[in-house]
Amino acid sequence: MNGIIGKKIGMTSIFNEDGRNISCTIVEAAPNVVTQVKSEDTDGYSAIQLSHGEAKAKKGRTSKALQGHFDKAGTTPKRKSIEFRDCTLDKSLGDTVAISDIFEEGDIVRAIGKSKGKGFQGVVKRYNFRGVGDATHGQHNRLRAPGSIGAASYPAKVVKGMRMAGRMGGDRVTVKNLQVVRILEDKNLLLIKGAIPGHKGSIVVIEK
Amino acid sequence: MDLIKYATEQCSVANELPTFRPGDNVNVSYRIVEGDKERIQKYRGDVLQIKGHGLTKTFTVRKMSNGVGVERIFPFASPNIVSVDVLKRGKVRRAKLYYLRELVGKKAKIKERKFISKK
Repeated sequence: MNGIIGKKIGMTSIFNEDGRNISCTIVEAAPNVVTQVKSEDTDGYSAIQLSHGEAKAKKGRTSKALQGHFDKAGTTPKRKSIEFRDCTLDKSLGDTVAISDIFEEGDIVRAIGKSKGKGFQGVVKRYNFRGVGDATHGQHNRLRAPGSIGAASYPAKVVKGMRMAGRMGGDRVTVKNLQVVRILEDKNLLLIKGAIPGHKGSIVVIEK
Repeated sequence: MDLIKYATEQCSVANELPTFRPGDNVNVSYRIVEGDKERIQKYRGDVLQIKGHGLTKTFTVRKMSNGVGVERIFPFASPNIVSVDVLKRGKVRRAKLYYLRELVGKKAKIKERKFISKK
């Protein structure tokens, strides 16, 4: 699958040709560098590894092992490296991959990002439980309670996977069937219809 | 933020509309696409309010249609607006003319702003 690593900039809305106002997410994807090419013979599968963004220059930020890895590709240390399996791009080590190499306006793509962290949340927000639903009729301070979590002496335990309160967000989320609305090549921007997981400035992968 | 601004500017076409204010009587020509047919609908009424800024700036036009008040909200940036003709300049003392919604008949009439040339 072909893809590119980018940065989520934020959202805006534009009018399309039909005069409809559509909301889009702006993704900045400066040309990625090919830092490794894996092939069937040497690695057992074919893939290319793309790297995006400049790593912080401070000493010790990039380990010697990684430094050597980037030196091999003839590039500076990067912030994020991601592998794309079965990539059809004809690129070799050290080449750059730009938006226009992969995407065209109107393409259907999928976006992968890390969703915003929500902290410790109850079941109503985390799993869309409905809560108790009644403030009166004997209810007291359990408006958003989960209710029963199982039977009593048999099975005498809470079954695994029971949905309860806990940490929410910060997961890898894929959104499929998004459309590329516009490509602004001079600033390496992709406008994608709809929302993309993650906060502003977070790293997102756009795949086709 | 700058990149958002840049992208928004790149993707929007500036609509050149005449300046008008709340209280003005305008005729909006709006392009309507039905299947593959296209026609222009005219909508005439008083501007009730102008709100928002940038791409989301809109204006509301109110008219009486068969005794029923009708309000339509148009985005300034909409490419479907063909033109806006200002027919009358109204004399009003507020930016939002919500009070017109309560009034009918002669009371809902807006006085015209007269321009007297200084000699």
